[in-house]
Amino acid sequence: MAVEKNNNKPRAVILRTAGTNCAYETQYALEKAGADVDLMHVNQLVKVKGLLSPYHIFVLPGGFTYGDDIAAGKVLANQLRQQVLDELMRFIDDGKLIIGICNGFQVLMKMGLLPEVKGLQTSLAGDKQRFTLAYNDSNKFEDRWVYLKSASNRSVFVDNDSFMYVPIAHAEGKFVAENQEEIEKLDKSGQIVFKYVDKDGNMSGYPWNPNGSSGNIAGVCDSTGRILGMMPHPERHIDPTQHPRWTREGLKAEGDGIAIFRNAVNYISRAF
Amino acid sequence: MEIRIEVFIKENFPDVIGNETASEVSHIGIASVDEIRMVQVYLIEGDLSEDGIKRICGELLVDGLTQDYICIYGPSGQPDGIQAGKIELGKKWQYNSVHTIEVTRKRGVMDPVESTVLKGIKDLGLSAGSVKTAKRFLVAGQLTTDQLETIANKVLANKIIEDVFIDKDNLFYEGKNEIVDYAFHRQELDILDADDEQLLAISESGQMYLTVQEMKAVRKYFTALGRKPTDVELETVAQTWSEHCMHKTFKGIIDYNGEHIDNLLANTVMKATSELDKPWCVSVFKDNAGIIEFDEDYNICFKVETHNHPSAIEPYGGANTGIGGVIRDTLGTGLGAKPILNTDVFCFGPLDMPQEKIPEGVLHPKRIFKGVVSGVRDYGNRMGIPTANGAIFFDERYTGNPLVYCGNVGLIAKDKCEKESHKGDLILLVGGRTGRDGIHGATFSSVELTHQSEVVSGGAVQIGDPIMERKVTDALLIALDRGLYNNITDCGAGGLSSAVGEMGEKLGAVVDLEKVPLKYDGLSYSEIWISEAQERMVLSVPPKNMDEIRAVFEGEDVTATFIGEFTGDKRLHLRYKGETVADIEMVFLHDGVPRTTRKATWHLPSHEEPDIKEKMDYGEDLKRILSSWNVCSKEWVIRQYDHEVQGGSVLKPLVGVNNDGPGDACKVRPVLGSNKGVIVSNGMNPKYGDIDPYHMASSAIDEALRQVISVGGSLEEVALLDNFSWGNTGKPECLGGLVRASRGCYDTALYYGTPFISGKDSLNNEFKAGDRTIAIPPTLLISAICVMPDVTRAISMDVKSPGNLIYVIGITKNELGGSHYYYTHGFIGNSVPKVDIEIAKRTMDLLANATGKGLIRSCHDCSEGGIAVTAAEMSFAGGYGMELDLAQVPVEEGIVRDDIVLFSESNTRFVVEVEQPQQSEFEAAIKGISYGCIGKVIENDMFNVLSLSGEKVISEKISDLKEAWQATLKL
Repeated sequence: MAVEKNNNKPRAVILRTAGTNCAYETQYALEKAGADVDLMHVNQLVKVKGLLSPYHIFVLPGGFTYGDDIAAGKVLANQLRQQVLDELMRFIDDGKLIIGICNGFQVLMKMGLLPEVKGLQTSLAGDKQRFTLAYNDSNKFEDRWVYLKSASNRSVFVDNDSFMYVPIAHAEGKFVAENQEEIEKLDKSGQIVFKYVDKDGNMSGYPWNPNGSSGNIAGVCDSTGRILGMMPHPERHIDPTQHPRWTREGLKAEGDGIAIFRNAVNYISRAF
Repeated sequence: MEIRIEVFIKENFPDVIGNETASEVSHIGIASVDEIRMVQVYLIEGDLSEDGIKRICGELLVDGLTQDYICIYGPSGQPDGIQAGKIELGKKWQYNSVHTIEVTRKRGVMDPVESTVLKGIKDLGLSAGSVKTAKRFLVAGQLTTDQLETIANKVLANKIIEDVFIDKDNLFYEGKNEIVDYAFHRQELDILDADDEQLLAISESGQMYLTVQEMKAVRKYFTALGRKPTDVELETVAQTWSEHCMHKTFKGIIDYNGEHIDNLLANTVMKATSELDKPWCVSVFKDNAGIIEFDEDYNICFKVETHNHPSAIEPYGGANTGIGGVIRDTLGTGLGAKPILNTDVFCFGPLDMPQEKIPEGVLHPKRIFKGVVSGVRDYGNRMGIPTANGAIFFDERYTGNPLVYCGNVGLIAKDKCEKESHKGDLILLVGGRTGRDGIHGATFSSVELTHQSEVVSGGAVQIGDPIMERKVTDALLIALDRGLYNNITDCGAGGLSSAVGEMGEKLGAVVDLEKVPLKYDGLSYSEIWISEAQERMVLSVPPKNMDEIRAVFEGEDVTATFIGEFTGDKRLHLRYKGETVADIEMVFLHDGVPRTTRKATWHLPSHEEPDIKEKMDYGEDLKRILSSWNVCSKEWVIRQYDHEVQGGSVLKPLVGVNNDGPGDACKVRPVLGSNKGVIVSNGMNPKYGDIDPYHMASSAIDEALRQVISVGGSLEEVALLDNFSWGNTGKPECLGGLVRASRGCYDTALYYGTPFISGKDSLNNEFKAGDRTIAIPPTLLISAICVMPDVTRAISMDVKSPGNLIYVIGITKNELGGSHYYYTHGFIGNSVPKVDIEIAKRTMDLLANATGKGLIRSCHDCSEGGIAVTAAEMSFAGGYGMELDLAQVPVEEGIVRDDIVLFSESNTRFVVEVEQPQQSEFEAAIKGISYGCIGKVIENDMFNVLSLSGEKVISEKISDLKEAWQATLKL
């Protein structure tokens, strides 16, 4: 719950509900990046209005909210849209940050907050939807490490030309658009944040692109760059011992994933 | 009003589930299928407007981009102006014939999706009465009714839990909503004047599987009371006295070749622990799991369970309730621990077994395999617990009776390890609602399977609800933190009967059964009492905390109900709406079981000694072993498990330059920010048990410990778990093997200084097919857990760089008995690997010491396939070749054959990689144990081995070796 803090650290809140199961490591990542972190159950958020106001970063962590029954992230997306949409819109209008990781990305997509907030109203009615996250081409849940290359400098969470190594762990992460034009539009507006690439940084097929996403899209942001959604798990590569080959390649100073959280914290420190 | 909503993938998007199904159908040899598409069906009952229905479809059930849908209205009519639609599948579906197979869960079988959809509808501000789901498969192609039946039964459905409808449209499953009222009627059983035969008949007809002696003890007790027992009293006794709950064989009296053994467990496995008396053992053999020390703030608990019989009948549900059950063991250890790691070990029949060899009433091993893997995947992943360690073993004798071992490691606060109910504490039941599911699971798991099992014991099979367990976990950890309860245990086998019976053993308890929240009406008081419905825990709560603890659970949307009280009168008292239905003494329940003497004998079997011709080249033999079911890559399985959630992963199950080599053991940091870690490994080799269970046991312990050492651990703080899966121990030979194995455990654990902290046994693993009985091979799983002070000292098995030296540590003996080399030649042999207690422990200690000093770049233990397989795996995992010389391998006197040196499976051996500059320091560090520098890592991709006489005996591309290793298990 939100209580007054006497330090002036940027404040992040991680949303918790039945089946969010990456809160622990996400909290660790944010705290290591310098944020002050609380966990909040969706029931509290729904019950008490205005709980988000003291926070600067709203985090939808990975997991299987409500079992991913019906479709991944769909039920939580529906709940947030129906019950706390105004509060989230205010949060966005205040210039604050939202990040959805894996299941959190699925939630943002399915509630229409990504790829474009402006499209939210139209995308509310399911049949107007132009983007989604569908079943992996392999039709399997897969846990594997992937290379990501930043595809624009639009997102405040991401450094220019960043190249990172992080794991994916999902069954429904294939980014799908109504048609190729939609992908190109997204690309032009700089909203494609991450693409899956091979170890040399080139666009490539399975397993480098682990789910068959069109345009190798691994993560997208809204037009302001303040809302990020990504399938891979940056919070699982914070410490060097999390790297799958550290026993070969040696221990680095820190994991690649920390940059995302640090950029968010630094942005808030500058902006607020 | 009822609405049937059919959701399907649009024409221009791939239907991955449909395509996958089609390929599985072709695998069972039905070629005439052109295409299969999957349609998700929701049946919603409730008063909804047209607009409401459109919102439910458009905003909740359907993905507007990739999916389309139609609504069909039930017999009771539809709102004006909506027409029942028809699926538009476009040109593609202009086949001559499209059949449909619709599959839906039977009434009362858990389907978590139903409650999720209801929640979603509620969030939309609408309300519906009930939801049912189904999967409808559109099968295009010329197919006979028989073929459709085959597809339904072999690929799409399991009739134990599901109903199947072929070529039927617009189904509404009439009668689904009828309410069956339960009219209370106190049932008494007439056993007071029953003779032995009648006693047995009563026991069997009630599926209680109590023996005559046991039934006599019950009769004696109630005769003394001067009244007949009620059905629920007898059920409670049956549950409590079942082999599954009481371990009557292990704790009973055994006559072993004339030698009197009173309590085998206490005299072997547990004895080693008490004699070792390690200060870091916090709680052993008394709680749900064993507990050892971890750091200043936390301890670690570890438990492995078997869930064999349910998995044979319904693999998905069996495995998923298996993992769910062992996670609840962790939640119910001490006052509650946080689950941090899953480990899973399976035994199946070979996946390529021809259908005609499959006994009646048995699922094909491939079906069981896929079901079990997805069961573990869906539960473990949804719970957010990494599944980072495991093994799979194949043998034809597991076909009718597969084995499923599920384990869980927990992190528990140091001050939460002890628990005790107090007189006057209230009994709180939390979690899932109670239904008819899993009735008689405890007794069922204590008898042999037959082709009738699915009919008789279908009720014992359940499907889990991982999200419910996740919610229970979240709420529990909050209540634990606030210290709101005095005691806790999980509802496992035996349901409330075992849970309350156990917690109330010292105090006594009274329970009002009508208070238990039900999934549906119609359950009798005994069904409520013995139901094994999943995701339930029982807590002992001081009255003052009533409201606070209920609020905690309700805050997480978990039902929490007070159902009774711990009384202090040492009786078990059950009531239904005020009427007493059971009233017996706890002491009779827990100590009243008659102890019988079981006969055990054992003789060393003599198998044919193979006479295999020596060869000039063993490349093919190496590839054959690498591609064998037990040795081959399990990547297909491992990748489907989330092995990194919680962020603690330090060594993953797959390692090496391409993240696909076979890691020896997994390592995690339970507390992020600290470098203190936990290593988990396992050892098992039933093939040795065919020769001598004693040496199977000591070899399994040796293997588990070798893996700990291989990743950089030491024997300083290693605890073991024993999990015995045996055949019918009513047969003296079979029980004799159990005695041998237990003694192997005792001697070897004592020798290595590694105490057992918990364990489990599953007996009567036999399958009766017609007149023949197939027993599983005696199977002992040893799990090891090691606390590692600094995980950054870890090493992995993949070779690191060219020029580094390759050593073999430990002596190679002529021990090919039970080896994979013999196995691939169709033999067992007799020379089973033994543990050399002169040198084994010293070998591990010195090696651990060398690793601690950073002198070792990679290390891999020698198990199935011996030095050849071990070195080859290190080589292709690291992506570099090797040049090796067998003449440098330390061997016992008189070994002159290359195949023995290459493939013998002698214990306590390692292949290690050392950098040249550290050669002398390394050799100094391991002075006093046998070692040989047998070659080096090379730049190119050749795996070359010279024979004892200096000839090239293996020369293979590592890419070919890797391909052989990976090709087997690609499904």
